[in-house]
Amino acid sequence: MFKKLKKIATGFALTAGVCFTSVLAYAQTELTMYYPVAVGGPLTKIVDGIVDDFMKENPDIKVSAIYAGNYNDARIKALAALKSGQPAQLSVMFSIDIYELIEQDAIVAFDDIVSTKEDKAWLDSFYPTLMENGRTAGKTWGIPFQRSTIVMYYNKEAFREVGLDPNKPPATWDELVEVGKKLTASDGSKWGMMIPSTGYPYWMFGALTMQNNQVLMSGSGDQTYFDASGTVDALQFWKDLGSKHKVMPEGTIEWGTLRQNFLEGKTAIMWHSTGNLTTVKNKAKFDFGVAMLPANKRRGTPTGGGNFYIFKQTSEAERVAAMKLIKFMTSPERSAEWSIKTGYMGVSPAAYQTNQLKDYVVEFPYAAVARDQLDYATAELSTFQTGRIRKALDDAIQAALTGAKTPEAALQEAQSTADRLLRSYR
Amino acid sequence: MTKQLFFQRSWNYSNGLEIVGAWLLALLWISPLLYAFWAAFHPSEYAVNFELFAPITLDNFAEALSQAPFLQYGLNTFVLVTMLLASQMVVCTFAAYAFARYQFAGQNIAFSLVLVQLMITPEILIVENYSTLADLSLVDTITGIGLPYMASAFGIFLLRQAFKSTPKELEEAARLEGCGMFGVLWRVYVPLAKPTYLAYGLVSISHHWNNFLWPLIVSNSVETRPLTVGLGVFGAPESGVDWSIVSAATLLSVAPLMISFLLFQRQFIQSFMHSGIK
Amino acid sequence: MRSASPGMRHIYGWLLLTPAAILLIAFTHYPTIATFIDSFFSKSSAIRPSRFIGFSNYDAMLEDPIFWKVLFNNLWFALGTIPTSIAIAISMALLVNRSLPGQGFLRMAYFTPTILPMIAVANIWLFFYTPQIGLIDQILQGIGFSGHNWLGDPNTVLGAVIVMTVWKEAGFFMIFYLAALQHLPKELEEAAKLEGSSRWYFFWRVTFPLLMPTTLFVLINAVLNSFKLVDHLFVLTKGGPDNASNLLLYYIYENAFSYFDPNYASTLTVVLLALLAIIALLQFFLLDRRIHYR
Repeated sequence: MFKKLKKIATGFALTAGVCFTSVLAYAQTELTMYYPVAVGGPLTKIVDGIVDDFMKENPDIKVSAIYAGNYNDARIKALAALKSGQPAQLSVMFSIDIYELIEQDAIVAFDDIVSTKEDKAWLDSFYPTLMENGRTAGKTWGIPFQRSTIVMYYNKEAFREVGLDPNKPPATWDELVEVGKKLTASDGSKWGMMIPSTGYPYWMFGALTMQNNQVLMSGSGDQTYFDASGTVDALQFWKDLGSKHKVMPEGTIEWGTLRQNFLEGKTAIMWHSTGNLTTVKNKAKFDFGVAMLPANKRRGTPTGGGNFYIFKQTSEAERVAAMKLIKFMTSPERSAEWSIKTGYMGVSPAAYQTNQLKDYVVEFPYAAVARDQLDYATAELSTFQTGRIRKALDDAIQAALTGAKTPEAALQEAQSTADRLLRSYR
Repeated sequence: MTKQLFFQRSWNYSNGLEIVGAWLLALLWISPLLYAFWAAFHPSEYAVNFELFAPITLDNFAEALSQAPFLQYGLNTFVLVTMLLASQMVVCTFAAYAFARYQFAGQNIAFSLVLVQLMITPEILIVENYSTLADLSLVDTITGIGLPYMASAFGIFLLRQAFKSTPKELEEAARLEGCGMFGVLWRVYVPLAKPTYLAYGLVSISHHWNNFLWPLIVSNSVETRPLTVGLGVFGAPESGVDWSIVSAATLLSVAPLMISFLLFQRQFIQSFMHSGIK
Repeated sequence: MRSASPGMRHIYGWLLLTPAAILLIAFTHYPTIATFIDSFFSKSSAIRPSRFIGFSNYDAMLEDPIFWKVLFNNLWFALGTIPTSIAIAISMALLVNRSLPGQGFLRMAYFTPTILPMIAVANIWLFFYTPQIGLIDQILQGIGFSGHNWLGDPNTVLGAVIVMTVWKEAGFFMIFYLAALQHLPKELEEAAKLEGSSRWYFFWRVTFPLLMPTTLFVLINAVLNSFKLVDHLFVLTKGGPDNASNLLLYYIYENAFSYFDPNYASTLTVVLLALLAIIALLQFFLLDRRIHYR
């Protein structure tokens, strides 16, 4: 009997304790933020560091970051959490998820939160190209943070070995093929170049099409241009790199293992996200260079990466706190720190004006390549029904690269799939 | 006669070819594990280059532990597996007891309905089960990961077999001593079915320790994510594969099960054997 | 039950069954039925609520080339994994059932993959298959062949996945054969020895037929696994290139959780359930008869 009483008493004490802490917590705004990690290295530690600094400055706000895997996982997890009634106030998610998030009525536009003139000016303080994927229907839904472009990494030693000028990376498609041929060893032990075609094939393809002066979709997210001649030619070129020019392995090339291939000297050139820059810098045992992607009709790359979104089901106080956090993390100083530590881009011109980043660029000029390339950049493929449409294009690219279909047939199929899926949004 | 002798020889000696074959197969079979050891204990530049005298290091483990909370994941898996095992034991024991010793109305239909789960395992119904969990607000909880597996047709089936083979006389003796329904179950049936419990327990532990798809869907946060999902998130090829660290993480996650397997090898193999005999 | 009064045994029986019944109904029977129902409704979004659309999802499925692709992949996957893993499992069991030197080690080595999580070993196999720097290509190049892009070539990717699955499963199936072998009467072997028949002959004429019930049991398990096992795809291929290694359950996952279309996923699940029902019926007619025979 006594034991029972004791149990009850402990129960009461516990409940009281819980109530007490929740009263304390009331004064504090709690934020849960989902965060995707798409490149290697101790990224989560860096985000945690910035978040900790933020909490030190704002003791009334408590932020917990949930690292939910890749972009896809992060979106799935964040939306699933919302649906099942778990709190999440903001999230960094794929910049291209914008239409899906709007359709699910999950996010709120920043225009509806900001009120002061200052805030509105803040919305315009970022690189406009980085805002492209975050704006639709006349409103801003995403604020750039973990952003990248595709750049060309090349092995200077390999260039030297075959008598190429290591400071003159190929600037056009023709040069690319020419240089690639020199760099490719006839026994197949070394390749001239590799463009990854798993993981995010549509993204790499966005660069090739842009270089061919062709975009992949309209700004309203309901129209794709997969079967345009510029698109088809771009895919033909990609395929030719392997099957005709023999400067790249045939078949698909794995996104995840490509960096290792480059570091092992198995390919002299790789196209990859700038998000890999710091890791490559730390791990490469040879002299390497970073350059803008080459041009055909023009230079071009899609932007990529993650934006901040604020969820709709949030209280006024939570929105204010979330805005504070976003402003903190995208501030020039933080953005500069982030860029130096990861290789992702600074998101505003002001970030590149900080002493920190200025010094870094002087010491390591490649850190500015992604920024310089922004002048030629376009938005990443993003439409309604993004998941399926991406897959249609990814499948088409892989079918063409593996020789299962001709580029033209594969892309026509992808276009008709996209038309079918998007019909009801037009 | 010579032919006969020859054949008799082939029975008596396991010929050299066979031994070599068996060993080659075995080496092939553990080569992924051997590679994981190689990559985990050497600096990353040796992950894809094999040099006999490459320096040995523990850095990869430190790195893996600092990049992801594997201890927390391990704890989650431990809680999940323990909770599941405990509830499976209770739920399945009761159900098996009912089927083995109570001739209740609708028994046969009920038993066939239980056996349905042998075919339609919870992972096949991820879509609906996920929405059920969402309705119960159990998404992103360890309970939610375990719930669909708590009643196990396989467990019920095995225990029912074991209970059925228990001599009725023992039960009657216990009844005479004044045991009630649960008393009989606890004093007579459960002790006699010990090998079955052990077998089922080991099979269940190794199955749920390694389960991936359903936990992936249900868990969102570090606090609930079991080792497999943590490893999946950590080693996702998107992030650029670094085999040294991934191998270290892999070894960390399989270590508890591996070590207990090595220690209790005989029991493990016996248990799996036992569980397969219908 | 003598001590319980006749009426009480029904109540006790059902009471004991209740916890299991609730759980099974909630997570097996109800969702099975709900899957059927949901497959007749459209996907819901914030703007458009779900509505009854008859067989539209099924029409869409029949026109979906990816559906056919994954279905046939699943078939090839099953055909590729099952006979091979059974053959290897039997060989393994025969090998370790004799007293070879290092028997304990051999047995452990064969069994080890069973207790390793698929998701963990997939990363290691990724290393084996990676072109150029991967283990297989390093060996091939070492002996003068050129490497191959195993996972990047639609002709070899499914094969690569199958090899890994066989590796994972064979040791598990070996255990069942080992158990069966140990129950075979020793006299048969003695008699065969005296008669002077070869081991090969003895295996095909005596051992293999006697192992038939085990083979059927393993077969059913293997078929089930070929539908349920998709963990490795998350790491190795994500179903690519161009769906060349995509399997039904993985496609269901993609539809439900990547494209937010649980209704189409349900439609696909109905197909999976139908396939499982066929297997169940086969098992009922084949396996049960065999057990009586034994």
